[in-house]
Amino acid sequence: MLECRALEKRAYDLFMQNLIKGTSHLGLGQEAVAAGFGVAMRPDDYTFCTYRGHNHTLVRGVSMTQILGELMGNSSGLMRGKGGSMHLTSIKHHMMGSYAIVGAHLTIAAGAAWSAQYRGTEQVAVCFFGDGATNIGAFHEALNLAVVWKLPVVFVCENNRYMEYTAIDQVTAVEHPAADRASAYGLEPVLIDGNDVDVVYETAQRALDLARRGGGPSLIEAETYRHGGHSRADPGKYRPDDEVKEWLSKDPIPRYRKRLTDLGIPEDALAKIEAETQAAIDKATEEAKNAPPPDESIAYKDVWADGGSAWRN
Amino acid sequence: MAELTYREAVAAGIAQEMRRDANVVFLGEDVAAAGGVFKATVGLLDEFGPQRVRDTPISEQAILGAAMGAAMTGLRPIAEIMFSDFFAVCWDIVANEIAKTRYMTDGQVTLPLVIRSGNGGGSRFGAQHSQSVENWAMAVPGLKVVAPSSPADVKGLLAASVRDEDPVLFFEQKSLYATKGEVPDGEHVVPLGKANVLRQGDDVTICALALMVPRAMQAAKILEEQHGISATVVDVRSLVPLDTQTILAEVAKTGRLVTVEENPRLCGWGAEIASIVAEELFWDLDGPIVRVTTPHVPLAAANNLEDAQLPSADKIVASVRELVD
Ligand SMILES: Cc1ncc(C[n+]2csc(CCOP(=O)(O)OP(=O)(O)O)c2C)c(N)n1
Repeated sequence: MLECRALEKRAYDLFMQNLIKGTSHLGLGQEAVAAGFGVAMRPDDYTFCTYRGHNHTLVRGVSMTQILGELMGNSSGLMRGKGGSMHLTSIKHHMMGSYAIVGAHLTIAAGAAWSAQYRGTEQVAVCFFGDGATNIGAFHEALNLAVVWKLPVVFVCENNRYMEYTAIDQVTAVEHPAADRASAYGLEPVLIDGNDVDVVYETAQRALDLARRGGGPSLIEAETYRHGGHSRADPGKYRPDDEVKEWLSKDPIPRYRKRLTDLGIPEDALAKIEAETQAAIDKATEEAKNAPPPDESIAYKDVWADGGSAWRN
Repeated sequence: MAELTYREAVAAGIAQEMRRDANVVFLGEDVAAAGGVFKATVGLLDEFGPQRVRDTPISEQAILGAAMGAAMTGLRPIAEIMFSDFFAVCWDIVANEIAKTRYMTDGQVTLPLVIRSGNGGGSRFGAQHSQSVENWAMAVPGLKVVAPSSPADVKGLLAASVRDEDPVLFFEQKSLYATKGEVPDGEHVVPLGKANVLRQGDDVTICALALMVPRAMQAAKILEEQHGISATVVDVRSLVPLDTQTILAEVAKTGRLVTVEENPRLCGWGAEIASIVAEELFWDLDGPIVRVTTPHVPLAAANNLEDAQLPSADKIVASVRELVD
């Protein structure tokens, strides 16, 4: 969680310094979902996530340098600038992509789960998406298919209460956009505190275990909150002050820190982890910043499996 | 060689590849137990079982999403979209996900998958079940686009598509399903990106695709017998990759080009071929390049209306005569 927080705070700073162009969607405040699942997943389980996917990528083991490098669009980046902030993918880490079309990846995750089932590998596909995605047709198509084919896939809705700038309750027929729809697919409604990393971890373990044992998909709604706006420098002013205040008090990181001190973990041990994380992000920032731009020739590569982009013979 | 229908050749091609490679799986609406709405996949469920031949819900996005997810994790799926018009329902997965993933991931993800679909008019199905949409696909970088005209090509090009490492959209012409032809027994693979010169002439080169191929052949016969005009007919077979070498060589010999396509006139693939030929062969041409197309209208359902809209052999003959005479 700490590394996620440090990475994204740095990404924000670099954005303000104009070193990161385009756009970027931060998951500040939502770290517990990524971290809880990241720890519970087997190394060969698949992650599918959205453009708000830096944390989900980091917890699979991708380096901070490669993530920051991709955001800055240089040769140190995970895809050497060909994907960008919204498309982090590392097949080596079974991080199967960050998808920028809302809801599309739920169907793709179902496909990866189908393949795991067919190959008999006991891998599980875990698919993270926002509350807004529950109103997309592909959400419903993917859930129905996953249930009828009993696929090893865990759908995780990170309900941060807003789509872009509109509160989800303004545009959704039910109170809990994912959990309240679970029964329509014969699934248990699972509504959890997504800011409590222990709760997320335990829920993840149960769902992963069920899927691995052939028990089929789960749909989990984790209630959480993004500290900032939707993207870039959006200050998120459309949110009422008292709501923001209330959720800041539920920040998963100080909450977990307090739990650790209450359990008797010494203060200096925690401070040491914090200092190490800070040193790691500083080092990654320097590495990523100092990398040269990608070679222009790669813009014309890898459209086709032969590595090129020609369409005529 | 066995004589098969175009629809039997579909099942033959899929079966050939499923026997060869256990990673080939097949999914779509009504494709398994029912054998497909066009009966093009009869027998596959019996031979390969429900783990490999799967009926899906009416969920075009989920069908292609599942195919993509399976392809990126080691399988080689064949997915069916019942009518190509329905690509509009799942165009996101086709154009944004399947087509772009390899590029966006800097080559990390390869998607060996085939999407088969019933394409084109001539069956009186009306405007939402008769479109030729191969030009939609051709406009998106990252998709290969194939459209066979004969049973032998169905089997051979389908096999090559399954073996290809890239995503292939495979357009079967619905009005050809009942047509028959010789199909080589045993393993038959026709490489993608090789046009087929079906006959050679001196006066004009006609480039056609799918249903327009037999019509162009018919037109060539009439031109020869009734008007003393001898025509080369090229079955383009695949639009991406496009065999420009063969097309340019044949046009260079005759000095004239007529393209025949079912697409509505604006932005049809014939325009692309015309532009390539104009760029490369302008000084060898003996006349303007002529495109025979469907007018820029949706297709009508009634016999006489649809027939009036689609290019016919007579229309091709008239266009060629205007150019050559
Ligand atoms: C199909 C589609 N429609 C609209 C958008 C524009 N868009 C990008 S993010 C977003 C909000 C999504 O909200 P949610 O699913 O709750 O995820 P969050 O951003 O809160 O994580 C929208 C509308 C899009 N990317 N894709």
